[in-house]
Amino acid sequence: MTADQWIALLAGIVGGALRVGAPFLFVSLGECLTEKSGRINLGLEGVLVLSAMASFGGAYLTGSPWLGVLIGASAGALLALLHGLLCSIERVNDVATGIALMLLGTGLAFYLGKPLIQPQAPQIPAIPLGDWSDNAAVRAALQVNALVPIGIVLALLMGWGFARTRFGLLVRLAGDSASAARALGYSVSGIRIAATTAGGFIAGLGGASLTLFYPGSWNEGISSGQGLIAVALVIFARWSPLRCVGAALLFGGAGAIGPALQSIGIGWGYHLFNTVPYVLTLVILYLSCSPGKVAAGSPGELSSAR
Amino acid sequence: MRESLREFALPVLAIAAALLLFGLLVSFTGVSPIEVWAILFKGAFGDWFSWQNTLQRAAPLMLTALCVAIPARAGLVVIGGEGALVLGGLACAAVAHALPLPANVVGTAVACLAGAIVGAAWIALAGWLRQHRGINETISSLLLAYIAIGIFKHLVEGVLRDPASLNKPSTYSLDAGLLIGGIAGSDVHWGLAVGIMACIALGFWLRATPSGFSVRVVGGNPRTAQLVGLPASRLIVGACAIGGACAGVAGAVEVAAVHTNANASLIAGYGYAGILVAFIARHNPLAIIPVAILFGGFGAAGSMLQRRLGLPDASVLVLQGIAFVLILASEGLRTVDWKRVGARPLQRLRLVQKASA
Repeated sequence: MTADQWIALLAGIVGGALRVGAPFLFVSLGECLTEKSGRINLGLEGVLVLSAMASFGGAYLTGSPWLGVLIGASAGALLALLHGLLCSIERVNDVATGIALMLLGTGLAFYLGKPLIQPQAPQIPAIPLGDWSDNAAVRAALQVNALVPIGIVLALLMGWGFARTRFGLLVRLAGDSASAARALGYSVSGIRIAATTAGGFIAGLGGASLTLFYPGSWNEGISSGQGLIAVALVIFARWSPLRCVGAALLFGGAGAIGPALQSIGIGWGYHLFNTVPYVLTLVILYLSCSPGKVAAGSPGELSSAR
Repeated sequence: MRESLREFALPVLAIAAALLLFGLLVSFTGVSPIEVWAILFKGAFGDWFSWQNTLQRAAPLMLTALCVAIPARAGLVVIGGEGALVLGGLACAAVAHALPLPANVVGTAVACLAGAIVGAAWIALAGWLRQHRGINETISSLLLAYIAIGIFKHLVEGVLRDPASLNKPSTYSLDAGLLIGGIAGSDVHWGLAVGIMACIALGFWLRATPSGFSVRVVGGNPRTAQLVGLPASRLIVGACAIGGACAGVAGAVEVAAVHTNANASLIAGYGYAGILVAFIARHNPLAIIPVAILFGGFGAAGSMLQRRLGLPDASVLVLQGIAFVLILASEGLRTVDWKRVGARPLQRLRLVQKASA
């Protein structure tokens, strides 16, 4: 490989980390909020696909990408609300409900999104971070989704909110000890439903960045388990919103290896390189979990449910 | 008796409610719900042609549902059956190509056995990761499914590819003698018999053998299992392996009976539909048989909905999703004491009467 190819490959991976990492970032922040309240929402995979479709449709119909983002996030919040409500019914298991919503969200998105496969929708503007360079590949790779800075601010806000605000503390209380929250007179179900719904809204922003930035169109293969990887990411990030940012970028970079190699003409093992994020997730889970021990930083109600 | 009635009535009511909601949803697109229900029934069970299509789809569903149900009885939520199915199909095609198998039933059995072994290893890995590292098996099995699909595509488009398959990368086709034929000249292949026998055998195993009982103890109460000295880890990984073997056979049978080679059509979502079937059957292998036929029927009717009414092919996915949500929600009704719900107004009336007297 020539030096230019190396630069292009590196730029592809770094740029890809920001581009491919955006949905990971939002879904892991949403899942982080949900899990802090003591529930696991595997249905965020369904939320991601449904909100991707809804934001694309919204942007296409209204002509404004930002309205599309709002519509997508709201659709995600609605599906997550359903998860929150279902799990509040006695004897209903949150993992099973998550699987059901994964199927339902994907099905609804494919069903309603059928007419959206052809059209083009207005896209979220890009922030050109690569203007300092005169290498075209670098400049193209460093076009950053305008939602990414919003996500980073959101992570900072969430980190601060969990430590300092009333709602943040209530969420943590419900997640760490439901009985303590109940004893203080708070409705644990209410807090969890609110946290799950807000988590769905945040994850919906991830769906919007899929269809309105990268890859930037709606099709039925738009998500392949990013929502689930994000669930594993939260374990890796030890339930800290700030560490979610780093983890999302790492996974984005891993996911960008295949396309980056292909862009410089190396096609061998394309499908294998595409599995790198999944393998990486498993390896990280393998290293960060240990038998019979609760993962560090895990909300108390989550571990007791297992 | 009352308990078993409820066991039966709740899922039936949930599916009926799902059909009702689905009808409501399609009516928004201007399609008559009654027509949709009629076509769902006709496309699934209307005539012999529909029945053949239904039963053809029910066969892999039974096996992938077992891949969820058997680990579930040991207390695990495994949802990565798709991965075992895909690799099982690939193993079947690869073995049939690489080994000089006799072109008869024995050869077919060997090829399917290869699928079973690969599928078993794949799901057992998820069970092992959970028992030995405490990794959530729901997440790991699904990640493994995506990895399996990546490996499948890599090999089918690489070393295992038949150079003659230009547009759609496929492996070499199976020798005609290795293919699984139809039962009594119909389109329904012998995979259906394999699925039904697997359900019956595993139902018997869980109910009537010591090892099956041990698996249920481990799944029901791990602490008790530990106290009575059952080898919990081995039983859990074993249950995963059995489930994975079923899904692997599903893939092998799909290759040997339907596709004749391994190609991307194998990734058709049977693994995910199997999750739903297992949950509706409440992880009871015998109940899987009718539920798989019902959902095989919905799958078969899906293409008819598309052709006759112009509904998107994903409508069946929506129906499945709604059914799944309602089945889970109906769990909440299980503990309700209906007698007391009905009695409450009467009791109140009596109290009022007493007070006024």
